[in-house]
Amino acid sequence: MKKLCVVLEDREVQENPFQPDMWRIVRKYPLTSDVNFFQARPVDVDEALKFSYRPGQFVMLSIVGEGEAPFSISSSPSRPGLLEFCIRRVGTLTETLFTLKENETLGIRGPYGNGFPMEKMEEKDVMIVAGGLGVAPLRSILLYMLDNRDKFGNVTYLHGARTPGEMLFREEFMQLKEREDLKCLLTVDKDDTGKWKEKIGVVTTLFKDLGPVDAKNTYAVVCGPPVMYKFVMEHVVKLGIPKHQILMTLERRMKCGVGKCGHCAIEYLYTCIDGPVFSWWDVLHMKELIGRGASDKAIA
Amino acid sequence: MMILKMKKEDLPVFLDSIREWGELWGPTKREGKCTYTKVDSLSQMDLKATRTIIPPKKFLYPPRFTMFDYDEEGYVERVGDVPKRILFGIHPCDIHGILIMDKLFLESYKDPYYAERREKTLLLGHSCVPDDKCMCFATNTDFVAEGFDLFFSDLKMFYLVWVGSTKGHDLIRMRPELFNRDLGRNDIINYTEYRKWKNTQYKVSVDLTGMPDIFELGYSSPVWDQLAEKCLSCGQCSMVCPTCNCYNVVDEVELGSVEGTRDRCWDSCMFREYSVVAGGQNFRDKRADRLRLWYTHKLQAFIGEFGKPACVGCGRCVETCPVEINVVTVSTAIKEQEVGK
Repeated sequence: MKKLCVVLEDREVQENPFQPDMWRIVRKYPLTSDVNFFQARPVDVDEALKFSYRPGQFVMLSIVGEGEAPFSISSSPSRPGLLEFCIRRVGTLTETLFTLKENETLGIRGPYGNGFPMEKMEEKDVMIVAGGLGVAPLRSILLYMLDNRDKFGNVTYLHGARTPGEMLFREEFMQLKEREDLKCLLTVDKDDTGKWKEKIGVVTTLFKDLGPVDAKNTYAVVCGPPVMYKFVMEHVVKLGIPKHQILMTLERRMKCGVGKCGHCAIEYLYTCIDGPVFSWWDVLHMKELIGRGASDKAIA
Repeated sequence: MMILKMKKEDLPVFLDSIREWGELWGPTKREGKCTYTKVDSLSQMDLKATRTIIPPKKFLYPPRFTMFDYDEEGYVERVGDVPKRILFGIHPCDIHGILIMDKLFLESYKDPYYAERREKTLLLGHSCVPDDKCMCFATNTDFVAEGFDLFFSDLKMFYLVWVGSTKGHDLIRMRPELFNRDLGRNDIINYTEYRKWKNTQYKVSVDLTGMPDIFELGYSSPVWDQLAEKCLSCGQCSMVCPTCNCYNVVDEVELGSVEGTRDRCWDSCMFREYSVVAGGQNFRDKRADRLRLWYTHKLQAFIGEFGKPACVGCGRCVETCPVEINVVTVSTAIKEQEVGK
């Protein structure tokens, strides 16, 4: 088998795995009223190209004096040198993060987690389903596949947001719609602008427009708010995609990222080292998966 | 492994001699409770004491310590301020607990803070007599063959001294004249007799075999809710458990500056905020969910991962929990589908 364009190597483990390296914010702008886009590079520029990662991995991000929390990487390893993040202001740490300006620094250590099994997904069709902020980790795999387009079969991208104004990376995805090697379907729950030309309805309404799906040859990749999973999984399973080829990436509280602090445990799994990418077969029976009871009613 | 023999009356002399390696700590009684204390000699120790309130994990992984000092420039690792210590009188269950901590902290992403303290702490084990809460027979941790530097088996007139590490051997070499290698038939008979006798001393009745499949079967059992009715979510079980390793990380900031420390402190999955993510979503909001995580992690998940439970039968949860939720009552409740009084 020929190698991927970008070599996905595991990074050398540091002497102190908890040591954050300093990175500089090089770009920062709002995507919506409460979500910012951040671009960062290592303060030590020589380190920039050494930072390799897989789509679906995350880093622990530190703000001096505030603390540390896990964040998905939104950029693709096929575009090395810079890391990109798509972050919602939702707690004290992100509150402070939003006050940081370009050229100010933050701490980063990682990357952590398993990431998506890109090698296994080669030659397969891939269907990505993003809801709201779920686009944060999924933009990484989407860009990665577009940058290595020959390696994958049909690529479909489904993205739902509440309103056009709340659709993250809206302009970027509008441009992607122009591409012929990608099926990009966008929807909003409701259009408050009157100018929205795409679909209206929850993300599962897009399934009608999928066309024929070669289910056994397809990987589905899903990330979104807890409430979305139940409905999306029903649709994806109904298409006939094997449960071990349905992938989801989960969010949990983390204090270490390396399987020590215990916080991200889901039964016998640690989200930080066993995940954050899990297959639907791995987790479908878990009650604590996406909030209590949410997975109870999902199809077995 | 090297096994030596030592007259019991020589122990004080030996302990006095090895103090030049580092601080000597041993079990003492304080206000009726047993605790590890820094001592000068054997006479200050109470070797009859069973379990200490807090297991010796606190020496390798303190309840709170500083990982980094930080300022605007970044984070500087805080290492090197750990004293050299000799812990005497550690029981087999607690050595098994440390072996489990070793797996968690030294394998895959080695934790430099734990590693440094483990390196600078010598473990001198001592045999023990089970009391009414000990249940190490049920977890196969009643004897120990590794993890210590020296282990002293008390056979009335003398000690059999098991030398478990090169550092342990270095201690022996400080007073080689106190030890001899003349082990014979009688020593083997005495030792196996001691093992047989120890096995007759347990008073707790508990059987932990089959817990992984029984817990799996009882995952949705109302027994968890019934236990949760009693649970106070106080987290004491985590503090006293030799295998509870969970921690929180907090950044402390000096008032009026951007300098401060990043500290690690013990945490418990029994606490409500343990699983809360930014925005307020709590994956284990219900006390029953948290209680189940604690017990299934020890007696089900850990067995799946490491082939043995993360319970070493020390009896601290039995002694500590104010509402009698412990390994014995929980495993029994799940099996019998009834919460005892």
